[in-house]
Amino acid sequence: MLEKARAERLWPRPPLWASALGAAAIALLIAYPFIFTTSFSHHLMILILLYALMAQSWNVVAGLSGQISLGQAIFFGIGAYSSTVLFAKYGITPWAGLMVGMLLSALAAVAIGVPTLRLRGHYFAIATLLIGSGVQIVFQRWDWVGAASGLYVPIERTSPLFYLQFHTSKVPYYYLVLGAVAIGYLVVWKLRRSRLGFRLQALRDEPDAAASLGIAIARHKVLAFMISAAMMSVAGTFYAQYVLVLDPERLFSAEISIIVLLMTVLGGSGTLWGPALGAAILVPLSEYSRIWFGGTGRTIDLILYGILILLVCMWRPSGILSLLEERIRRRAEMP
Amino acid sequence: MSRDLILQAVISGLLMGLIYALVAVGLTLIFGLMEIVNFAHGEFLMLAMFTAFWFWALGGLDPMLSLPLVAILLAVAGILAHFGIIRRLLKAPMLAQVCGTFGLGVALRAGAQFLWTPDFRTITNPFIAGRVQIGPIFIGQPQLISGGICLLSFAALWWFVTRTETGLGLQATAQDRQAAAVIGIPTERMFALGWAIGLGCVGIAGTMLSTFYYIFPDVGTNFALLAFVAVALGGFGSILGSLLAGLLIGLVESLGGLLLDPSYKTLIVFGLYLTVVIFRPHGLFGRF
Repeated sequence: MLEKARAERLWPRPPLWASALGAAAIALLIAYPFIFTTSFSHHLMILILLYALMAQSWNVVAGLSGQISLGQAIFFGIGAYSSTVLFAKYGITPWAGLMVGMLLSALAAVAIGVPTLRLRGHYFAIATLLIGSGVQIVFQRWDWVGAASGLYVPIERTSPLFYLQFHTSKVPYYYLVLGAVAIGYLVVWKLRRSRLGFRLQALRDEPDAAASLGIAIARHKVLAFMISAAMMSVAGTFYAQYVLVLDPERLFSAEISIIVLLMTVLGGSGTLWGPALGAAILVPLSEYSRIWFGGTGRTIDLILYGILILLVCMWRPSGILSLLEERIRRRAEMP
Repeated sequence: MSRDLILQAVISGLLMGLIYALVAVGLTLIFGLMEIVNFAHGEFLMLAMFTAFWFWALGGLDPMLSLPLVAILLAVAGILAHFGIIRRLLKAPMLAQVCGTFGLGVALRAGAQFLWTPDFRTITNPFIAGRVQIGPIFIGQPQLISGGICLLSFAALWWFVTRTETGLGLQATAQDRQAAAVIGIPTERMFALGWAIGLGCVGIAGTMLSTFYYIFPDVGTNFALLAFVAVALGGFGSILGSLLAGLLIGLVESLGGLLLDPSYKTLIVFGLYLTVVIFRPHGLFGRF
């Protein structure tokens, strides 16, 4: 059955020029740090990639299984805290912390998901919003992890790759994050055409029909939530190693949960490349508005975010990517 | 722990709960009518507080005098929001509805921060100030009067929804949109009316809140979270439910803060939400 479904081209094979464009994009991504050599251009791209990963994580739970999570920052924070606590308190390499963070995030996803993923629609969204806010309160009061003042990642100048911190150049960060994004997107690409992926999409679109076919809705949704949490956690660890300071106010902020949602919906939720497109639009918007408008830019970018997403939801709920796809299809159909 | 202290906490918790309830009832009314959760609700509360503040700061108008003005302005904002934004979102999938209202909230909050800076402001020397002593307990006069006005608003809303023809039309639309349209109820106008009443309530709650609470761009966030809890506890769409749930939240918050740790009082309320929603997904009190 599955073999047959795979053999039937669910996704039309991309035309040659699209493949060529894809190859060019990959080459450009690999060569990017040498084409654009300023520190700012590296920083910008690192942020875009990081957010592309985070948005994809949200896309797994919302786009694929149809549950709107408003608490993704929980896993971002867990990832950042896991690696930093292990490193700062026990001297364990952040690479191990990365794994521990993924594991803890997946466990947290089970703990949160098992009771709440049964809730439909708004109830789940509000539950995750409240849990996210609650986790932030706990971390701000938890003395062992530095309470409200947070933690610093100890500076270690020997063996940068082992300690996952680079002080002379941003380029290694760039390639690490690029690698993480590549793995993450590959996993999601595989997931989307796997048995699990088909089932998730089925229970997103027709929950009752899927249940009557014998798909264990709750278990599948929890699984998707775990994958999503682990991805978010990786982004959290990388972020902590990049900025070297943990601030619970920022790490667990509802803003992070919301921004990943805005990016995905802007690009196109449920699609593979929508989250990346959304990140590639919103991150530069935010960074450049901060440059142009100085200190007040922080709010101008949010005003623009809000209006942009509102317009997209009103006029194009399926996201910008679908607009492009439609154009390409129309062009392909022309004689 | 003396009995007086607990009594004090109960009274102030209930008074605060009345405000939560009035914020929540707007949310529940809108949801009951068109199944949309207004994630920008807290931001409208913030706007109401700032409107009251600017009436006072620029026009020298005390919040008690500007109360009807703010309520009307917010109601107008609700009608504009409905016709400008919400009407389009109604046809969109749920994800777009959530994101759309969320986006509106983000833009409003950031806009307020841009225009008025993130500073905390207060209205000094309002008409109603000071406190009254009843036996061993003290009640802040602003809180007391706010609670009274919230109760009055609830009574008026209840009378309107159950005793007037328009109110019955509102209820009919909430129960079954198509059937209501068939018997000649202008559902589109009912939706707009729902937004006007919902945000009008927020206008009243915000103005009363501005007499004793800090006014800043982020102020709505926490109230909105509590309103979500109240709406879920009371059952989406239930007016009486949100009143009872609001009172319950105020009580739990205040007693929890007193008996346990004040910094965890919000957590206790969130815990309450999760427990109720998991065991009674349709809330404690059902629909109206």
